[in-house]
Amino acid sequence: MNFPVLSVIVFTPLVAAVLILLIPADRKNEVRTTALVASVFALALSVWVYAQYAINAYTGYQFIEKMTWLSVGNLHIDYHVGVDGMSAPLVLLTGIVMFTGVLISWGKDDPHGPTGIQDRPREFFAFLFLLAGGVFGVFVSLDLFLLFFFYEIAVFPMYLLIAIWGWVKTREYAAMKLTLYLFIGSVVALIGALAMYWTAGQATGTYTFDMLKISEAQQAGAFNGLVNFFGAQVPFQVVWFLPVFLGFAVLGGIWPFHNWSPDGHVAAPTAVSMFHAGVLMKLGAFAALRVGIMLLPDGAKYWAWLIMLFATVAVVYGAYIAFVQTDMKYMIGFSSVSHMGLVMFGLSTLNRDGLTGAGLQMFSHGVMTALFFAVTGMIYDRAHTRQIPELGGMIKPLPWAAVGFIIGGLVSMGMPFFSGFVAEFPIFMGVWQVMPIAAIIASISIVITAAYIMNNIRRVFFGEVPANLEGHISPITALDKVAIATLCLLMVALGLFPWLMAPMIQSGVNSILTLLGGA
Amino acid sequence: MYTPTMLLAILPEILLLTLGVILLVVEPFWKAENRRNAGWLTFGGLLAALLISLLFARPADPQTVFGGMLRYDWYGFFFKMMFLFAAAATSLFMMDHEKLGRRGESYLLLLATTLGMCLMASSADLVMLYLAIETTSIPLYVLSGFMLDDKASTEAGFKYLLYGAVTSAILLYGFSLLFGFTGTTNLDTLGNALAAGPNMSGLVFGVILLLLVGLGFKISAVPFHFWAPDVYQGAPTPVAGFLSTASKAAGFAVLLRLFFAAFPGFASWPSILAVVATLTMTIGNLLALPQTNLKRLLAYSSIAHAGYALIGVVAFSELGRASVVFYLLAYIATNLLAFGAVMAFSRITGSDDIKDFSGLSRRSPWLGLAMLAAFLSLAGMPPFGGFVAKVIVFAAAVDKGLYVLAIIGILNSIIAVYYYLNVLKFVYLYRMDGENEEAHPIPLTRPYAIALVVLAVGVVLLGTLFGPWFDWSNLAALNLF
Repeated sequence: MNFPVLSVIVFTPLVAAVLILLIPADRKNEVRTTALVASVFALALSVWVYAQYAINAYTGYQFIEKMTWLSVGNLHIDYHVGVDGMSAPLVLLTGIVMFTGVLISWGKDDPHGPTGIQDRPREFFAFLFLLAGGVFGVFVSLDLFLLFFFYEIAVFPMYLLIAIWGWVKTREYAAMKLTLYLFIGSVVALIGALAMYWTAGQATGTYTFDMLKISEAQQAGAFNGLVNFFGAQVPFQVVWFLPVFLGFAVLGGIWPFHNWSPDGHVAAPTAVSMFHAGVLMKLGAFAALRVGIMLLPDGAKYWAWLIMLFATVAVVYGAYIAFVQTDMKYMIGFSSVSHMGLVMFGLSTLNRDGLTGAGLQMFSHGVMTALFFAVTGMIYDRAHTRQIPELGGMIKPLPWAAVGFIIGGLVSMGMPFFSGFVAEFPIFMGVWQVMPIAAIIASISIVITAAYIMNNIRRVFFGEVPANLEGHISPITALDKVAIATLCLLMVALGLFPWLMAPMIQSGVNSILTLLGGA
Repeated sequence: MYTPTMLLAILPEILLLTLGVILLVVEPFWKAENRRNAGWLTFGGLLAALLISLLFARPADPQTVFGGMLRYDWYGFFFKMMFLFAAAATSLFMMDHEKLGRRGESYLLLLATTLGMCLMASSADLVMLYLAIETTSIPLYVLSGFMLDDKASTEAGFKYLLYGAVTSAILLYGFSLLFGFTGTTNLDTLGNALAAGPNMSGLVFGVILLLLVGLGFKISAVPFHFWAPDVYQGAPTPVAGFLSTASKAAGFAVLLRLFFAAFPGFASWPSILAVVATLTMTIGNLLALPQTNLKRLLAYSSIAHAGYALIGVVAFSELGRASVVFYLLAYIATNLLAFGAVMAFSRITGSDDIKDFSGLSRRSPWLGLAMLAAFLSLAGMPPFGGFVAKVIVFAAAVDKGLYVLAIIGILNSIIAVYYYLNVLKFVYLYRMDGENEEAHPIPLTRPYAIALVVLAVGVVLLGTLFGPWFDWSNLAALNLF
């Protein structure tokens, strides 16, 4: 038997969470060291998976592990994990964000105010790692039940992390709003998943939550029947696609269900914002793709126009709202809505270019936004404000942070030689093939994005340091620098060498296109 | 005619009775300061009874014993094991209760009511069933009003007694009508006799309503739930925990067996139960929202949970029955954990208002974690038992096309998430007013530590390695009648 690398990746943070809880509460540095070791281990394994993923010998899912979890009567649940070209980059992304998130949260008890997490770091890292384990789990799940299991594990720690360690002013409101939005989305999707389970089982005679089996059943026509929808006879896939896709896409920040997301970003502590915008939102888009589009392809074709409509609005509206924000975190939060809108935009094309772009954009945006939030957190910890008008000249005390933010800004604007370009270009190409007008409307966002990013860079990092902050800005720690450098290098590398990732994502796109029938 | 199986069939009951007699004989000779050890004796005895029964009294093929009075099958056995477990945990919670802990009779009453529950789960005859229900109820009335110098407790005991007496009379009337229609009190023959007799669906409908009153009271389903919040709040906390778990599970055990055995052909009762389930979930959850007392909140939440479990009954299928049994198992572990944590807290602070839980995670991180596990499991979050239980119940509903009921259940679980998380907000987020929490620790005595750890581990096991547990639940459900 091969080394069960995916299980080890998933269970590393979960086991680490338990271990961390067993450390006495006042041994804060031991807690942090354990967290760092675990995150390095998980990152190393996810890099290994990424490197070992065989693109040429494309055989569907790789690193598969399968075990029966429950098999009683008509109920069959497997522990079934594996990665394809779509999920391998996201596993890597999670490893990176987890690693940098731990570095950022380390901080120190500074006389000008503590940075990082100083209050109950033991509980903080335990909950954060529970979240990370859930995220890894969703990306590798090949069983619907397992996917929901990990999905919920990824949702509820957010509540605690935001409510306990978040920004005092809005944390209770934002945490509850976020949890309720995501929970509603996931349970609505759950009903859809159960409907798929029974329908596929009745058609084939084998009842199983295994997504590969359900997909086979779908290809054999199990979901082609009609269902009674308030008296009307409507195709199964048409009825269930929207609840399933939108239920997950809530977490992807799809307009008009994005409202929880900027509030959540703003209220969350830095590392949690990084996780939230960096990987959790991808979780929504990914699950919407895996369960919505891949298991209900005809439904996806039927409703693609609606998803594209939502995505177009999200792209432009998110960018515009970001433009008028004065709080840096709100600005980044709405820019995330806009950029995740581009992911949905790519998914809605259902063609090769658009899907490839969506996959790249998920990775690129994850790294970029983690960097944005890391830098913003560093500034806020020191200046105690995130209001853009109250800041200025930060490049002098915090050169690393400034360079990081500028590189992130270039990615965000979609500049060539940065990962943003590599991702956004195929998306627009894909949309152009389907509906040129949508591409034209959405391209407005590029201009707005450039405007708010440059404006922000100018006002926060250049000019004079405000008098009240003069001398109060302590330099960032070496660990923070490592985090910034890691994230920046990734974005530049992907921008210069798209072949590092694009072929892998295309190999994943191939199988989606097969399900969608030809093309 | 005597056979050895007859003794095996009632082995748990025999052991419970023996334990009770030992307790009765030994305890008066102990010095006052040692009387707390009665709790260890009860706990150890219940644990031994559990193990011995598991080792020697596992049923084979279902059979009736004692002239058709009892059924010896997996269904009854599985429920008995749940009751023994719940009683063992409760005996630990009782030990350091100011009023219950040093009184031998409180443990004896606990054993007596557990004995009644065991008989409820295995009764195969209406007469036996009624006796078992009364054996269960009467010790619980006494336990609820055990704190004689406490107004709320005596009120709780009296209220529970009045409600219990009236509903049990109505239940008995329903039984008598059933006997009148069919000429038999035996559950096995009752169903056939009803089906073979003349068409009396109107009358049978009435009988079903009468039975629902009696059993609805036991499981605290709306509209027979009014007693629950007052009784839970007033009764000693360990008793309230036992009432909300074992007593409710016993009610479900009877409900499932009786309805599936006696009325398999009457399609009307699942739809009645669907209405009851909807009302129970919705009213339980909505009334839980404004509560400021944690025991009252748990009372309304336990009403709502009865509603979720009823969804599985309404599904009227093998999977539905199995899902109910599994749901009850997960619910017993979870709710005992919740009540145990509340008990451990209020024993020190003397309060069970939600606002007094502020700063708990700083005062006692482990107790905070226990609360976290309990409330997230109640809210139906993985990796805790509540998640799996809820998904399987919903799966059973969707299987039978009960989409509306499943969606109502889902909307309700969203409401529930709000108030469960709200409690955790006090535990983890808020601080004590102007106090340093570390100066006010909440020490856990050994019985609490043991019980809370076992229950928390159990809740996680039910949510992760749920295969064998569900397997047993399914086995139990297959052997229903």
